[in-house]
Amino acid sequence: MEYLLLIHDDESVYATLSENELSSLGQEYGAYTEALKTSGVYRDGRQLQPSSASTTVTVRDGEQVVTDGPFAETKEQLGGFYLIEVDSLDDAIEWAAKIPSARGGTIEVRPLVPMQVPAQ
Amino acid sequence: MLATLIGVLGDFDLAEDALQDALATAVERWPRDGVPDNPPGWIVTTARNRAIDRIRRDQNLRRKTELLGRLEEEEKVDESTIPDERLELIFTCCHPALAVEARLALTLRSLGGLQTDEIARAFLVPEATMAQRLVRAKRKIREAGIPFRVPPDHLLPKRLASVLAVLYLIFNEGYGPPVRRELCAEAIRLGGILATLMPDEPEVHGLYALMLLQDSRRDARVRDGELVLLEDQDRTLWDTGEIEAGKRALDRAIALRRPGQYQIQAAIAALHSEDETDWEQIARLYLRLHELLPSPVVLLNGAVAIAMVEGPEAGLAVADSIDGLDGYYLLHSTRADLLRRLDRRDEAAAAYRRALELTHEEPERRFLRRRLQELGAESSPPFDAADSMP
Repeated sequence: MEYLLLIHDDESVYATLSENELSSLGQEYGAYTEALKTSGVYRDGRQLQPSSASTTVTVRDGEQVVTDGPFAETKEQLGGFYLIEVDSLDDAIEWAAKIPSARGGTIEVRPLVPMQVPAQ
Repeated sequence: MLATLIGVLGDFDLAEDALQDALATAVERWPRDGVPDNPPGWIVTTARNRAIDRIRRDQNLRRKTELLGRLEEEEKVDESTIPDERLELIFTCCHPALAVEARLALTLRSLGGLQTDEIARAFLVPEATMAQRLVRAKRKIREAGIPFRVPPDHLLPKRLASVLAVLYLIFNEGYGPPVRRELCAEAIRLGGILATLMPDEPEVHGLYALMLLQDSRRDARVRDGELVLLEDQDRTLWDTGEIEAGKRALDRAIALRRPGQYQIQAAIAALHSEDETDWEQIARLYLRLHELLPSPVVLLNGAVAIAMVEGPEAGLAVADSIDGLDGYYLLHSTRADLLRRLDRRDEAAAAYRRALELTHEEPERRFLRRRLQELGAESSPPFDAADSMP
């Protein structure tokens, strides 16, 4: 099954980190991504620009409304994701727990709807 | 049999429907054609075939392809060796990704002998609410990919703890007040099954022992709707068969030499069922339990035991050192009892009143009011008219 690991983190914490701390966090993420790839479960994964770069779009009665900022103002923001393919939720949970941001932030493990299999 | 089918089909709802179909077929055919050599095997095979029929008719193409693909890959079910998949099932039902209330309901529905309406009654919710809870839980298992298996070794300790917690929660729901016997009986039955399936896990035996020992006092615990304290219980009403079974389970646990919270609690319960209560040993066990499971409630129980060994003053000192229990009525009723024994009547009455404010269970409230009356105090401050009405 495919799972999206959504990394929610308090962005303001990063501003308080020193150059050294940021670089060691980067190395940790690099090692984690490498581990996913070596295990053959990695499908995709990216870091997002901060939520200040986010734009929200809605269309109501044909009217397009564009707003500055993310979908929801919360203490933790969506900061990145991994897409993995593993056998079960247990494996997805184990991988989620190893994401460096799981220590301070929160990882949401969200299963993907399988792709439609064409009729035979 | 349901567990086997869920294992074979990988789908709770489909397994339930298929089992119904197979049983209906059996009722129709067996009287006519005779009972097959291996009735359970026949039921499982028939149910599997009915399930395949059902899937073929299923409109949901994706689910259909996926399920059929898996079923057709498998060999025909070997009728002589039906796998016992109750263990896999219980781990699935108690998975931490399910809400706690869903774990309780699903465990009772899938492994217990209880129907949805019975579970709803036991948890005091409308049947529709319980049915909805079960539907959502089964959907989550399917959509989130919760595996149907006994967890691998590195996950086992935590996941087994989750299973044991679910069984003990079911037991405690039934232990009341209000007492609901069917829940206690189911929890004990499931505990016994688990002890058979996982004989090398000491905490499984420990929990089984604990539930048996607590349940052995069920008839003595409530008299005319009133809760009876352990020391005041009529011991002739204790179920000696259950006490013996509990002690045997505890012996099996202790022989494995890996202590844990359920074993310690069972040991305490076993000591309470002796003719002479060894309070010193009980106090020691509570302090050991508090090391494993730091909890103000455990410490409060330790305070009671210490009061029995060293006197109410020593017990009160421990009770007064406990933080974070001010909203818990048992802290105040325990303090009240110790103060009463020290003949500090005013303080005792104040503590009983505080306890009364904090519990809404009628048998407990009656008990507290009776104690207040024995102190010669009003059961409530005069401005609270409702309680002094006849």
